[in-house]
Amino acid sequence: MRIFDPHIHMTSRTTDDYEAMAAAGIEAIVEPAFWLGQPRTSLGSFVDYFDGLLGWERFRAGQFGISHHCTMGLNPKEANDEELARQVLELLPRYLAKDRVVAVGEIGFDGMTAAEERAFADQLQLAIEHDMPALVHTPHRDKPAGTTRSIELVQRSGIAPERVVIDHNNELTYEEVLDSGCWAGFTIYPDTKMDEHRLVRIVDQVGIERLIVNSAADWGRSDPLKVPKTVAALLDAGVDEADVQRLVWDNPVTFFGQSGRLELADDERAPDPAATFAGNSILRGARPA
Amino acid sequence: MIPLEHDSLELALSARLDRERRAWFDEAVARVRAAPSAIASVFPAVGRGVGRGPLNPDDGDDPVRAWSVDDAARTLLLVALGDAAESELELLYRHGDARERRGVLRSLAFIDVDPGLSRRLVDDGLRTNDVALIAAAMGPFAAERLDDAAYAQGVLKCVFVGVPLAVVAGTEERATPELAAMLGRYVHERIAAGRTVPEDVWPLIDRHPPAAELHAIEAELHSPHDDRRRAAQAALAGRPPATPNQ
Repeated sequence: MRIFDPHIHMTSRTTDDYEAMAAAGIEAIVEPAFWLGQPRTSLGSFVDYFDGLLGWERFRAGQFGISHHCTMGLNPKEANDEELARQVLELLPRYLAKDRVVAVGEIGFDGMTAAEERAFADQLQLAIEHDMPALVHTPHRDKPAGTTRSIELVQRSGIAPERVVIDHNNELTYEEVLDSGCWAGFTIYPDTKMDEHRLVRIVDQVGIERLIVNSAADWGRSDPLKVPKTVAALLDAGVDEADVQRLVWDNPVTFFGQSGRLELADDERAPDPAATFAGNSILRGARPA
Repeated sequence: MIPLEHDSLELALSARLDRERRAWFDEAVARVRAAPSAIASVFPAVGRGVGRGPLNPDDGDDPVRAWSVDDAARTLLLVALGDAAESELELLYRHGDARERRGVLRSLAFIDVDPGLSRRLVDDGLRTNDVALIAAAMGPFAAERLDDAAYAQGVLKCVFVGVPLAVVAGTEERATPELAAMLGRYVHERIAAGRTVPEDVWPLIDRHPPAAELHAIEAELHSPHDDRRRAAQAALAGRPPATPNQ
C-alpha cells in the first residue's frame, strides 16, 4: 500500500516522526503553509517560514525517503493583520513559482471576517493566474456556514471546482462540497474534526471519488500516523483494498498533480535522490564514521 | 579565460537540450533581456523548463561533483542579464531554494558583480549544511577572493561534511602551513575518536608538513586503545608515500 499524507505540518514535528512515517509506509507528503500557533509580526518571519518549507523540510523528509511538497499561501487567521497580509500577498508570486509548490493554501475562513474574505478571494485569483490548485481550510467554529460561504467564493472566483480541495470536512459538510464539484478533504484527528471510524461510515455512504484523507498533524494534539491508521480501519471494515489504495495515493496524486509539480519517487524525472545529501546535517554537519 | 568557459558552458547546455527545452530556454533568455525583473519567476522554473540531469553525462548526477543542466541554464540566464544581474542576484539567492542557490553560487565565476556581494553569498553557502551548496561555494570565486583564513575554513568545512577536495577550486595554489596544521588536527581528532580519515587531506597536509600534528598522529600508532591504534594505521595507510623534493 502506497501512502500519501496530503496535509501535514512537518515543521512542527520531530525527526522521529519522519522515521515512524516512513516505517508506516508514507512515501509522499504535502505541507501546507499555515499559522504557527502565534501571530507573526513581520514579513521576514513569513519569508523564513516559506524558505524552510522549500529547503530544510524538503531535505529533512528526503533523509527518510519521503517526497516533500508544500503549498504557499496566507492563512485565514493572519489575514486579519491587514498591513502584513498586504505584504505577504505581494511576496507570494515569487514563492508560487518554486518547484514542488503544488497549490495555493491554506486559504479560507477562520472567524469569517471581511479581511479573511478579501485575502481568500485574492488568493483564489493568484491560483488562477499561476495555474495552481487551491487548498481551502474550513473553520472550526460554525463549520457548515463557513463551508457554504467558501463554496460561494470558489464559484464566484471562476476557478475550476475540480482544482479546489475544501478541507477538514465532517458529516454535515462533505455532501455539499462534493455536490459543488470540489474535492472533499478529511482530517483524521485524535479527538476533534474526524476519526478513522467515522470516515469508514462516510466511505460506505459515498465511496472514494474526490475524497482526500490527511492527518493535518501539527503542533497541537495530533498524530502523523493517522493516514496509515485510517488505511487499517478501512481494510478492517472490509473496504476493497484497491479502493483504499486509490483513496490514500491515487486521489492526492491526481489532485495535486494538477499543479504539474509533484515529484514522486517512481517518476524518472524526479531530481535529488536522498543519497545526494549523504553527510548532511541530520548528522549535525559531520561525516559519519 | 572566462569567455572561453562561457562558450563551453553554452555548448554543453546546447548538447543537452531537445527542441522543446531549447525553445523554453531561448524564450527565458529573451524575457529576462527584455525585462530583467522577469528573472524572479523564470529562475525558479528553470529545472522544469530545461530538466535537471547532469550537464555532462560522463560526470554522473551527483551535484556535489558536477554541474547539472539547470545549473548551466541559470548561470547563462544571469550572464544574459548583464549589468542587471547585480541588482537581482541577492534576492534570487535570498528567496531561492537549494537548486536556485546552487545556480547563483555556480554563476559567480561567470558574471561581473560587486565582489562584496559575491563574498556574502559564498559565506552564506559555506554556513549551510547542504553539501552541494558548500561545494558550489568553494568554486573559482572563493579560490580567487577569499582571504587565507576564510579559504582554510571553507576547505575544512568541505572535509568535515564529506565534500571531496577534488571539487574545491584552488587547493594547490591556496595551500598554507596553517591549513596543513588545521587538517592535521582534524586527522588527529578523527583517529582519537576511532574514526576513518578521508585520504584526500594528505596532499594538503604534506605540502607544508606540520611537525607537531604529525607527531601526535604517529603517536596514536602506540595508543593503549585498540580502536585508536587501528584508526591511526588506517589513516596513515591512506597517506601517499613521500616523493623526492623537486
